[in-house]
Amino acid sequence: MNAQPTNTQPSHEISPQRPGRVSDAMAPDFLLTVEGLTVSFDGFKAVNDLSFYVDPNEIRVIIGPNGAGKTTVLDLICGRTRATAGSIQFKGRELTKMSENGIVLAGVGRKFQTPSIYEDLTVFENLEISFPRGRSVFGALTFRRDAEVRDRIEEVAHMIFLADRLQTRAEFLSHGQKQWLEIGMLLIQDPELLMLDEPVAGMSVAERKKTAELLNKIIVGRSVLVIEHDMKFVEDIAHRVTVLHQGKLLSEGSIAHVKSDPKVIEVYLGH
Amino acid sequence: MFDSYSISELGSIFVMQGFAGLILFSVYLLMALGLAIIFGQMGVINMAHGEFMILGAYVTYFTSQAFQHFLPALFPAYFFVAMALAFVASGTLGMIVEWGLIRHLYKRPLDTLLATWGLSLILQQVYRSVFGPREVGVELPAWMMGSLKLTDTIEVQINGLFVMTLTVIITAVVAVMMFRSRWGMQVRAVVLNRMMASAVGINTERVDRLTFGIGCGIAGVAGSAFTMIGSTGPTAGQLYIVDTFLVVVFGGAQSLIGTILSALSISQTQSTLEFFLSGSIAKVITLLGVVGILMLRPQGLFTLKVRR
Amino acid sequence: MNPETTPRTGFLTRSQLVGIALLALLIVVLLPLTLDIFRLNLVGKYLTYAFVAIGLVMCWGYGGILSLGQGIFFGLGGYCMAMFLKLEASSVENTKIQSTPGIPDFMDWNQLTALPWFWKPFASFPFTLVAVILVPTLFAFIIGTAMFRRRVGGVYFGIITQAIAAILTILIIGQQGYTGGINGITDLRTLHGWDIRTDHAKFILYFVNAALLFGVIGLCFLVRQSKLGRILVAMRDKEDRVRFSGYDVASFKIFVFAFAAALSAIGGAMFTLQVGFMSPSFVGIVPSVEMVIYTAVGGRLSILGAVYGTLLVNFAKTTFSESFPELWLLGLGGLFIAVVLAFPAGLAGIYDSHIAPRLAKWFSRKGRTPTPAMPVSTPAE
Repeated sequence: MNAQPTNTQPSHEISPQRPGRVSDAMAPDFLLTVEGLTVSFDGFKAVNDLSFYVDPNEIRVIIGPNGAGKTTVLDLICGRTRATAGSIQFKGRELTKMSENGIVLAGVGRKFQTPSIYEDLTVFENLEISFPRGRSVFGALTFRRDAEVRDRIEEVAHMIFLADRLQTRAEFLSHGQKQWLEIGMLLIQDPELLMLDEPVAGMSVAERKKTAELLNKIIVGRSVLVIEHDMKFVEDIAHRVTVLHQGKLLSEGSIAHVKSDPKVIEVYLGH
Repeated sequence: MFDSYSISELGSIFVMQGFAGLILFSVYLLMALGLAIIFGQMGVINMAHGEFMILGAYVTYFTSQAFQHFLPALFPAYFFVAMALAFVASGTLGMIVEWGLIRHLYKRPLDTLLATWGLSLILQQVYRSVFGPREVGVELPAWMMGSLKLTDTIEVQINGLFVMTLTVIITAVVAVMMFRSRWGMQVRAVVLNRMMASAVGINTERVDRLTFGIGCGIAGVAGSAFTMIGSTGPTAGQLYIVDTFLVVVFGGAQSLIGTILSALSISQTQSTLEFFLSGSIAKVITLLGVVGILMLRPQGLFTLKVRR
Repeated sequence: MNPETTPRTGFLTRSQLVGIALLALLIVVLLPLTLDIFRLNLVGKYLTYAFVAIGLVMCWGYGGILSLGQGIFFGLGGYCMAMFLKLEASSVENTKIQSTPGIPDFMDWNQLTALPWFWKPFASFPFTLVAVILVPTLFAFIIGTAMFRRRVGGVYFGIITQAIAAILTILIIGQQGYTGGINGITDLRTLHGWDIRTDHAKFILYFVNAALLFGVIGLCFLVRQSKLGRILVAMRDKEDRVRFSGYDVASFKIFVFAFAAALSAIGGAMFTLQVGFMSPSFVGIVPSVEMVIYTAVGGRLSILGAVYGTLLVNFAKTTFSESFPELWLLGLGGLFIAVVLAFPAGLAGIYDSHIAPRLAKWFSRKGRTPTPAMPVSTPAE
């Protein structure tokens, strides 16, 4: 990546294999621009002066050892945690100042690490809540379940392999099905940037395969930011990989590049 | 409102009201200490906390009666025996309640609130049936009566001083227990990570029970101290419960220093205002101030920023 | 509990309609036919608490927000109505023995010589009707905004609402000249010249109250069956998921809290009309927490259950405190503990798990299984 904004340190690893980018501080063609991002919890810097850039339609995987700050980065982008310093721009809009729901409306969707679904509601109702209409109090009161809503929900339910479970209360789903349901809830939302926190953790081999298949289907027309430990899975889906270590960027580039980076090897195998 | 007082009179007023405030501070702090342990460390809301305090007060009352009748020679020292008995009585009741009620509700804090409210109603009625509806007061030993004259216009009561000294000692003991003893370490370990604490061999159920018992025991001691400055009735505990909760929350639930400072600021504000305004308006302004500040800073005054 | 529920598309399912009809039969037909006017008036008084209990179903059961200060709104609604009635009762000829005729008696006793400014608009009945709803709702809106925007919830919210209830009580008792103090506003007589103290008026007011109650029940079903109702359930379960699905969680909480406050206020106003006075003993902590138990006994997720719970607890209270007053507190305390430990879903839970399946079996010969009246789930936190 050649687009290196002038205000960040030049010491970051830059992978050279994507030429043709105009060096421009505004970088208008990035979907997501993270620069100098820092958050400190009581003096401890969980994320420290982090910068990275995500292109439209790119699948970016963030890896790193435990405590590297991966989940915190997602928390910062979606507004769950507020940055101490730095900026996060999404399509040119500064996210660090926006409310959580404002960030969602701007087009950022986020899946949590443990399946986060509404156990007391049916699969249908779970998906319906994510349908992008009637999100204000008044809108929710007057929301009508019309054909458009029903068709869309059925379409998505089909994609997430839950077409025949629409009337099941979500608490009766298996762990893998719950993960899919949450991915489906994000699909209905139709975000331009989809952030997934360990989408295959705790899944069986068969479920993993299905999930990879599902992810490959849903990335069309959007960027995806994934945190994952499973290297096999990462190799299957990643366009590029960002490696975090102790809140800092350690390495970035194609999977082959990252795998051969001595610093990455040091962190993963050195101790 | 200051027109009618001279400067030196005003000074004396502030000192005397400050002293009255310190007594209030002692009561708040003693009650809040037990609550801060139970709420701050375990996250349990105990609405019956006031009733545990009243139990301590009744124990003190009956101990004083017993000494008067059977051991009049030792009467001057009865209070120290009473305090130990109050701790044991309230603490034991607390452990029974934890076993029978609280432990089933650790995952449902709002329900704990309702259940302990029910418990407080039951205890109040039991006190009323067993001890009678009238308020009872203990007879103070001779050495605790009277007052010290500091200047011509300033004098302080000895029993008040005694309660304050007691508060300081109890607070110090609690601080040492929390931060130096094995139990304190175990409590903090369980609070931070129950699974891990249990995995390294801490009996978390025992720690819970002990913690709840110690918190209630301290409430009992508070009740014991309470008899030195006021009388006791079946519903006296309820009068203080909301104030005490505000003290704990205002200070930041997990901070001992916070609890002390918030008890100090609330009691001083209230007692100073009380002199110039009517008691009810002083209380309203104090509580409004606390609620207002809590709305601005819900995590309390003395908490640190942590990752959610 | 039947795991397969159909999505609710219509307004009410058949079993819900049957439930409402049965309750209406009890309240509008059976009780008025069997009770004398004194007892009926007593039931009317209980039913004003049911407004609060229904509000708590929405706010606590569905929204997961436990308010321990609903007495605030019940009281404010009641006081607004009482102020109007008191002004009408304090006409110049009624109060000509006072040193200042034309103002309420307690003001005269407290050496007030003119009506305070905030009393003046309550001479108008339309203003009063608006104020009954608006004052408490606005107050709830302010409290809710301050708390929920800053993510205060759970037990903290409970404690703060309790503190506000305590503050309001102290204020009302302390400011006797403006509020009537601990006795409250008493000796209310007429509404637009219509004497509300007669048996006939009490009879009519009972039905007005019942009509309002069923209106409120209908409204609650409407809210619960809307997407907003499902969002409340979703929020109680996974607040963050709702937030990151693009909803402003705080505004939904503020809405449901203010909604519950408005319902409580209607109850308070009807209380004043039927009982003929309003006092701080309905505002404070103790009545506020007691109203929570009505909801808990009925089932915190059941709108109709809240009405049954209110009636049941109050009948028990009246019976016990008439014959064994010392037992009542023990019973009430025990009820709190039992409902929390053993029956977190209350009467509605018992109905759902023991009675409804049998009814369903009985009905199933005619058609398919009716959907359960309410989703019973793990208790709200």
